[in-house]
Amino acid sequence: MKYLLYILKRLVSLIPVLLGISFIVFFLIRLIPGDPAATLLGSHATPQAISELRSQMGLDKPLLSQYVTFLGHLLQGNLGYSYVYSSSVMDLVTISLPVTIWLLVSGTVFTLLIAVPLAVLAAARRNGIADNIIRAVPVVGLGLPAFWLGIMLILIFGLKLGWFPVAGYGASLADHLRGMVLPGVTIALTLSPILIRSLRASMIDVLSSDYIVTANSKGISTARVVLGHALRNAAVSSVTVLGVNLAYLTGSTLVVERVFSLPGIGQQMINSILGRDFPTVQGITLVFAIMVVVVNLLTDVTHAALDPRVKLA
Amino acid sequence: MTPPLLEVRDLHVDIPMPHGRLHAVRGVSLSVGAAESVGLVGESGSGKSLTLRALLGLLPRPARIVSGTILIDGEDVTGLPAKRLKRRLTDTMSMVFQDSLTALNPVMRVGDQIAEAPLRKLGKSRSEAKAIAVDLMREVGIADPERRYELYPHQLSGGMRQRICIAIALSTKPRLILADEPTTALDVTIQAQVLGVLRRLKQEEHVGLLLVSHDLAVVSQTCSRLYVMYAGKVVESGDLLDLVTEPRHPYTFSLLRSVPDPDRRVARLLTIEGRPPDLSEAVTGCSFAPRCPFAEDACREREPEPVPAGPGRVSACRRIDTAERWTAMVSEEAVSQQ
Amino acid sequence: MSAVTIVGPDVPAAPEAGRRIRGRWNPPLVAGLVLFGLIVAAALCAPLLTSQDPIKQNLADALLAPGAKGHLLGTDALGRDVLARLLYGARVDLRVGVLAVISPFIIGSLVGLIAGWFGGWVDAVIGRIVDMVIAFPFLVLVIALVFAMGPGTTSIYTAITLVGWVAYCRIVRGQVLVAKEQEYAMAARASGLPTWRILLRHLLPNVVLQAIVFSMSDIVLTLLAIVTLGFLGLGVPPPTPDWGTMIQEGQQFILTKWYISTIPGLAVVITGLALALIADGIVEKANR
Repeated sequence: MKYLLYILKRLVSLIPVLLGISFIVFFLIRLIPGDPAATLLGSHATPQAISELRSQMGLDKPLLSQYVTFLGHLLQGNLGYSYVYSSSVMDLVTISLPVTIWLLVSGTVFTLLIAVPLAVLAAARRNGIADNIIRAVPVVGLGLPAFWLGIMLILIFGLKLGWFPVAGYGASLADHLRGMVLPGVTIALTLSPILIRSLRASMIDVLSSDYIVTANSKGISTARVVLGHALRNAAVSSVTVLGVNLAYLTGSTLVVERVFSLPGIGQQMINSILGRDFPTVQGITLVFAIMVVVVNLLTDVTHAALDPRVKLA
Repeated sequence: MTPPLLEVRDLHVDIPMPHGRLHAVRGVSLSVGAAESVGLVGESGSGKSLTLRALLGLLPRPARIVSGTILIDGEDVTGLPAKRLKRRLTDTMSMVFQDSLTALNPVMRVGDQIAEAPLRKLGKSRSEAKAIAVDLMREVGIADPERRYELYPHQLSGGMRQRICIAIALSTKPRLILADEPTTALDVTIQAQVLGVLRRLKQEEHVGLLLVSHDLAVVSQTCSRLYVMYAGKVVESGDLLDLVTEPRHPYTFSLLRSVPDPDRRVARLLTIEGRPPDLSEAVTGCSFAPRCPFAEDACREREPEPVPAGPGRVSACRRIDTAERWTAMVSEEAVSQQ
Repeated sequence: MSAVTIVGPDVPAAPEAGRRIRGRWNPPLVAGLVLFGLIVAAALCAPLLTSQDPIKQNLADALLAPGAKGHLLGTDALGRDVLARLLYGARVDLRVGVLAVISPFIIGSLVGLIAGWFGGWVDAVIGRIVDMVIAFPFLVLVIALVFAMGPGTTSIYTAITLVGWVAYCRIVRGQVLVAKEQEYAMAARASGLPTWRILLRHLLPNVVLQAIVFSMSDIVLTLLAIVTLGFLGLGVPPPTPDWGTMIQEGQQFILTKWYISTIPGLAVVITGLALALIADGIVEKANR
């Protein structure tokens, strides 16, 4: 009950952030040199259409009332209309968003599969050979471009070895799962170095703390001490790190989708940019921001669930 | 004669340093009988906590045992393979720490922390383990244990947490509890309650106690026999009463004097000046000599051997002969103060 | 990392000897500086290292393998020399990468200084703006801004500045909140010096270190962003060589001519490694 109340409170606290996001996205279109209406309609628009849109958008009215109109549309789930696709932006998003969410989930799963065992190993065998190798990984991995990594994975595991599909997303669930392996691993490989670093540091911190000595003094198995006591505590701090980086990497899905030809919102955004489809770019930028907000919310909620010390009130 | 429950012979503990090593425990020998309460006192840095931790194989990194023998019921366990050694040690002994807040896992319910050993080690079922934990909580004086079982460490008071720690220590059914300054973090009233719990365990459950403390008052409330440590060595040992009334080592003597005694208003004649020696360097002679008002050249040159100093007493001082003078000096001083 | 902190209060302090022996330089810092120096030197000396023109097309010599006569690293689909494009591309990417970190660094640090020092409504307003910006994934907002402002290096600088300053602002603000309570800051305040002088002369030097440490890894992230923009076709407009564009152009030949994408990718990885080593070295120095 207390927990639900906490979630509710966090949701309410999101309102100012969401307003801010809408504000930035609203002004994005004003950055474009020239007449927004003309830009929105694209190069083939007739003058009548442009002037029609001008009055429809309220471009002759003050900025504030334009923003209120924009916000009103957003609240109704109206992200604008794509003249290039002759479709509402909301529809474009609805089609492509599941792919991006699939990608984010598989990226997170692979990240955890890679980062957690390595960090635990490094921390448990501190200053050993494995630890030194694992510690070098973040330094090398920091400058690894996700798209290049993706291309290399395609080359090796897709084309040379033929283990996984190199592009697309397939139609069935099995296809989805197979198609998500390489993109997910790409995301994981760029995300896990940072997570390994922080998880290792907090594991070492935790392993030298008194309650681990207490646990050891009980004479239970080392595995039980490491997994039951240490990992849980280390996870508490690492969830936040994972969340922050996942938010950052939400941006990389855009590149990964491009490399693997996945029809997600990132791919849609790039195509819209290349097609100079402003309303779609604007709408998807907003959707990306909302995804970050949701990831942050999930991080806080998970953190609160893992750590009883978080004040829920 | 039955061998003591626990005996330690010539224990050495080192802490590797960037340049050299710190010889923190330098040949400690001690023994604890079944259901006996023994105190280990000394100032901080004397190696008493490390000695205690070494006994359970829980030395903090990078400290390690260099040599020494541990006997349980007269059997040398030092040579056992690591797994069996750990098993043997943790089956016999368990530990209570100074800071109950850090000693408890912050994200685990306190009850589950007590129930863990019965569940994972003694092979009890979940409900049995929980029942055991609730019983233990009641035994250490926690009211309403069923409700408190569900709480997290940060939701309990310091005294309550230390009781939980004692319950955890009891959960492995040990014959000896090692307690490392268990009451230092608590205020005086709570301190007395927690010490009461430990005393009662000894009387009713026949659980022995090896108590480490820098506070003679705490030790004298709980223990019947004492070991006094200085600079990594035991300098004197004996029955509590003998040791407190007639110390046979000047360090013990000065330690006693640094306990304020409101009844006698004794001046701090021998308030210890100077610092303990740097144990990362070799110590020649008696380690207390630089601070000892009675030290002579021989003290500074050769290390004193522990010698019997009365029934059941051992002292590592070559100037025991001056012992009467120490007492006399204090009395004089006390008179002149009045 | 001394043994003392691990062991706890029961052990005398470690002897201080040997601290100075380790000195000012540490291996990651030296390795990173040397590597980065080599890369910068190669970029600067591009005309000396290759006689080829990075832009000149020669369709007759397209898609030559590395080691072909006159083309050490081969040629791309338009017959341009890969080595020349790599070297001249380094000039573009490194220049943009480094410059695009400077203005967010300055703006973010100053805003953070102001927010932390004045607190109150100033801090609240700045805090709200920061919250808004960090709600967007870095890359998405940069891409959207570059798109809105049109292609070109100016757009890239502006976009990265508009998004990147918030990180510096948060770091410096946090440091100021701590420094503000310390004696030297109190003393400076009590002395009646003008506020700007306290901020710039007394406070800034004490709080800027963390921002500098961060800026090292930020250069890597910025470089990645620029290369990514190039890969997506939103970067430095063609025919100017750029590593991201080179990787993108090679992707369609990946099965037969794998090296076209691989070589510039490795260049990014190695540059990133050099900068990451420098960042690591500075962190290590700062923590000492």
